[in-house]
Amino acid sequence: MNPYLLVDFGSTYTKLTAVDLEGEYIIGTAKAPTTVETNVLDGYDRAFKYLINDHPEIKEISGISACSSAAGGLKMAAIGLVEELTVEAAKRACLGAGAIVKKIYSHHMTKHEARELSEADIDIVLLAGGTNGGNKECILHNARKLKEINIDVPVIIAGNKDATDEIEELFEGTGIEYVIVKNVMPQLKKLNVKEAKFAIRKIFIEKIIEAKGIKKAEEKIGEIIMPTPEAVLQAAELLSEGFEDEEGYGELIVVDIGGATTDVHTIGEGFPKRTEVILKGLEEPFAKRTVEGDLGMRYSANALLGNVSNYEFKKYFEEDDKCNHNIEASLERRAKNVDFIPETKDEEEFDKAIAKICCDISMSRHVGHVEVVHTPLGNMYYQTGKDLSGIRYVIGTGGVLINNKEAKKILKQVNKKSNKILELRPTNPSILLDKSYILSGMGLLSQKYPKLALKLMKQYLM
Amino acid sequence: MNTVVIGVIGADVHAVGNKIIDYVLTEQGFNVVNIGVLSSQEDFINAAIETDAKAILVSSLYGHGEMDCRFFKEKCEEAGLGHVKLYVGGNIVVGKQDFGEVEKRFKTMGFDRVYPPGQKIEHALCDLREDLGT
Repeated sequence: MNPYLLVDFGSTYTKLTAVDLEGEYIIGTAKAPTTVETNVLDGYDRAFKYLINDHPEIKEISGISACSSAAGGLKMAAIGLVEELTVEAAKRACLGAGAIVKKIYSHHMTKHEARELSEADIDIVLLAGGTNGGNKECILHNARKLKEINIDVPVIIAGNKDATDEIEELFEGTGIEYVIVKNVMPQLKKLNVKEAKFAIRKIFIEKIIEAKGIKKAEEKIGEIIMPTPEAVLQAAELLSEGFEDEEGYGELIVVDIGGATTDVHTIGEGFPKRTEVILKGLEEPFAKRTVEGDLGMRYSANALLGNVSNYEFKKYFEEDDKCNHNIEASLERRAKNVDFIPETKDEEEFDKAIAKICCDISMSRHVGHVEVVHTPLGNMYYQTGKDLSGIRYVIGTGGVLINNKEAKKILKQVNKKSNKILELRPTNPSILLDKSYILSGMGLLSQKYPKLALKLMKQYLM
Repeated sequence: MNTVVIGVIGADVHAVGNKIIDYVLTEQGFNVVNIGVLSSQEDFINAAIETDAKAILVSSLYGHGEMDCRFFKEKCEEAGLGHVKLYVGGNIVVGKQDFGEVEKRFKTMGFDRVYPPGQKIEHALCDLREDLGT
């Protein structure tokens, strides 16, 4: 036996997964509440004790990898020029690196916006704007605004390269921490987020972990190598593409319904499938992640009625559900008491309805849309976003979802719907569940042992 | 290097002329941002903002250009692109109309240069050099 440990410092739980590198199986998993306020290692030690209690056969650990979304995760601000272009590119870089985009600014930042940014609770700023050789006046203006507020979090500059010298001069000697990387949109509608994502991860490892009080953990377990959502995205990418002779599952979707947000990851090109469809808008990343801050089971439960009306909400209840749910009160209860666990059948049914809404609406926002244009040559179609109609697998993860008895039914909400005919949703994918909560762990494991991580995912996702 | 945005407006899918314009202008030293066919006014404007374009060249071959180009100039003004030169060319109106009249109408709409059907791109190139002072 050669046990390897994967650690995920989550916002609520610290989760451990022990993998046997030799026997190629998952020995066991354990979790304990995350303890960022005191010493993050307390929670880890407790989880580790549970793990050893359950699996006394673990004598020695050969290695550990860890990721974290504790203390609110990685929070970023994205700044660009045009909303549909560099702002969107900047946003995608942040999301792809596993961050939550808390603040978004387009065009010239005003004094008011700059003040708002300086007071916001964010960890990193991503400053973009202009294609290479394009507009540089706007990014310079916004850089000056960042200087004016003496921005005290690291700034990643990923805009028009023609402006970088001047920004560097501007920031020199001010004490502002900054790094210059390649433009997130070097040419019109061309997305290039690789370097920016890498810079985000580097700052996360070097600075953010410390600021969030998770650094202490490193004494014991070594470097925390990425934010949890990035680990999930990497696991999904591996599962889709395969590794060497171990085949992958092809294009797939991962839906993570959490307490505060619903994350959707898709791996796949999503190109139009018919010749009369023309692709519009910014290029889509192969591995795409979107995060919906207003769709969640607990923290953001109150925001749900901003997305669906009371009448629409009722449509998500099962037909045989005879309970007369008080929607407002039930949502309020969950938002106020975020540790709420359903006890009665009615409470479970209500949770199921929330999960369905989160799943359905997050899909609507993630998936590509078509629009009909009537031309003298007949009907043509614009496609914005990814065509996911050919997706073969949908994988569900997240505490509330995988503990629900009817999780697969909830995930069916991603499917094509008669009332959302213009959305390019999956038609009839196979649905898998991350029952043992291993996705982030497998993302970590894939850094060193991709083939094993892939094999385990194929074995344990069902 | 001067950047120009080119594209075919509206529900028009005629791509050949668009490719010729792209080829000639690139060869003549312009940085050409080609947004292609089926482009909306907003597509032209957003592209021009991000790339800091000096001129927008709108093509239309299917006869509905006049409708597609309405309020284009006003939108440019609104987006802070009042200084950007606006060209239009192709079969820009329905049927055979007196081109002098057509040109007048489009100039009133705020276009700087208006070209009749069959116009060579070299002609527009001279105008472009003159307008941009290169």
